[in-house]
Amino acid sequence: MATPILETDTLTMRFGGLVAVDAVTFTAQRDDITAIIGPNGAGKTTLFNCITGFYRPTGGALRLFRDGAPVELHHLAGHRIARAGVARTFQNIRLFPGMTALENLLVAQHNTLMASTGFGIGALLGAPRYRRAQKAAIAKAVHWLEVTDLLARADDPAGALPYGQQRRLEIARAMCTDPLLLCLDEPAAGLNPRESEELSALLRMIRDGGCSILLIEHDMGVVMGISDRIVVLDHGRKIADGTPGEVRADPRVIAAYLGEGDEGEDAA
Amino acid sequence: MTLRALKDAAITALVALGLFVPLVGLRTDVGPSGELVLRQRWGDVVILVALAFVGRLALLGWRGWRGDPKPASAARTEALRKAGLFVAPVLLGLAVLLPFIPGTGRYELDLGILVLTYVMLGWGLNIVVGLAGLLDLGYVAFYAVGAYSYALLATTFGLSFWICLPLAGLLAAFWGVLLGFPVLRLRGDYLAIVTLAFGEIIRVVLLNWVSLTNGPNGISGIPRPTFFGLTFSMSGEPDTFAGFFGIEPSPVHRVIFLYYLILGLALLTNWVSIRLRRQPLGRAWEALREDEIACRALGINVTTTKLTAFALGAMFAGIAGSFFATRQGFISPESFTFIESAIILAIVVLGGMGSQIGIAIAALVMIGGFEVFRDLDEWRMLVFGGAMVLIMVARPRGLVGHRTPSVVLRERRAIGAEHVAEGHG
Repeated sequence: MATPILETDTLTMRFGGLVAVDAVTFTAQRDDITAIIGPNGAGKTTLFNCITGFYRPTGGALRLFRDGAPVELHHLAGHRIARAGVARTFQNIRLFPGMTALENLLVAQHNTLMASTGFGIGALLGAPRYRRAQKAAIAKAVHWLEVTDLLARADDPAGALPYGQQRRLEIARAMCTDPLLLCLDEPAAGLNPRESEELSALLRMIRDGGCSILLIEHDMGVVMGISDRIVVLDHGRKIADGTPGEVRADPRVIAAYLGEGDEGEDAA
Repeated sequence: MTLRALKDAAITALVALGLFVPLVGLRTDVGPSGELVLRQRWGDVVILVALAFVGRLALLGWRGWRGDPKPASAARTEALRKAGLFVAPVLLGLAVLLPFIPGTGRYELDLGILVLTYVMLGWGLNIVVGLAGLLDLGYVAFYAVGAYSYALLATTFGLSFWICLPLAGLLAAFWGVLLGFPVLRLRGDYLAIVTLAFGEIIRVVLLNWVSLTNGPNGISGIPRPTFFGLTFSMSGEPDTFAGFFGIEPSPVHRVIFLYYLILGLALLTNWVSIRLRRQPLGRAWEALREDEIACRALGINVTTTKLTAFALGAMFAGIAGSFFATRQGFISPESFTFIESAIILAIVVLGGMGSQIGIAIAALVMIGGFEVFRDLDEWRMLVFGGAMVLIMVARPRGLVGHRTPSVVLRERRAIGAEHVAEGHG
């Protein structure tokens, strides 16, 4: 029995006269990879920014189901949405370039670590409670560095890593916040085919670890390969919603985005 | 190559000619009967233009001989970090032993106190500017708040220095938060302007609120600090420092005491900033400097993080301010002008934002150097400005531009300046 993790209800985002997201209603299921696709300017990133709290939606509702109880995301301040369990990555990578990979992952655990510092005083004096918390945080960071195959680069500044590794580090950093829902904005952009393959495997592994994924992606190979469900946007409206097979066969999706003819990879 | 160099030098000479003809070539003087006469000094112009030509040629020649400048390699960054590890204990040892080094007199100690005050202020401002990346041009306001807090509390209520010291720090921190709130949403240049205005507002209020602050006349008769209740008077009574320890009363005792007091306060600032850097709060400050949007996406409360940086930076300025008040015994708004903020900021920037040892060296060079070049009179500012330009040309990210990671898995390596963000407010 599938239970929802995120639900948007007639979500609308208006910028002056422009309606970037127009009454979009969809549900992402728990332990699923849900992809959002659509042509450029369809409102995908705007939708993402609403979900992750960077924009406050003009209308509609956003609900995250945490332990079965709905959390109304559209009422929360930006940083509280992250604390509620929504983590995100950015279309143009936003790491802390002057900090090491390990430090990047520790910043992500700020809130858990901060709770153990005793208003900073305990940590300042080196209280054992804080030292234990720090050790646990480093262990978690090392775990995600291992998973993303970055352990050897742990002490290198994030800005010095090659592009593909930066992408992976950003995902690792998002995972260090212990999210319920991981939102990825074009994670495969700029990756070579082999790296895309690795990314797909990583995302499947994250999903199987109990974190649902919401994904914006143009690389149809990745989207069709890993998505359990696909939502298609065009001009701010949802035009289709279903399994990869259903979406691929939908005439409206073909007309708006995938294009006529074969697999659709050409249009991507 | 030579032809290009000659052409380049000729263009330089042409620019120099354009500049020097009106600046040097023509001069208005008062004639014998009081009228203005125009004196022409073409000889000087020729000399200056020739100097520009030759100088440019020499510069180009030197550049050609040296080849392309080497980019700062990881090895060089690493060597600098190692050197820093060695320099810091030596400087600290010197600072601790200074009063006992033969030849150290009243003047050297006073200069040491001055330098250490600026070291402490630099380290305090470093929290705001260097770590959190928030450009603060009104830092002296908190210094003033601390100084006036101590002066007023001590002269009005007769509270002792040791009670007033933390109180002054807390009051300054409170004002830091007060300034922080309205400027939270500002970045970069806009933040700089508002903090600059804030610094001026505090000074103007101190100047005009005569009933409280005595306006431009300042507050005098501020009590001097005591050594656990023992005063530093010359009488030699048992309740004075000299009398209690049975030594000859000397005015140097107080100076030495003040020296160690500010050394201790500065080291406290240093200790707190170093410890905080390795903690979630300090890391969040640095993350904020690197990328504020990413911080928000990770659930970091940007508002409180910025406010804590402002509050802590202001607190140390307040403590330094109350030290300043007790040392001088007299304060007036004149001591808290914008130039003070500018000097402290210059120390932080020249030292290398975020680097504790760099800031200490920069404070020593700037404040100490300023005193050493006192003989140069009006040329002093010129030498000073020139030295600053030279440092910024040679090391655009400050003396110590690299960053040391706050936590490591295997080995500690310095992070080159090219990766570290400067912060945009």
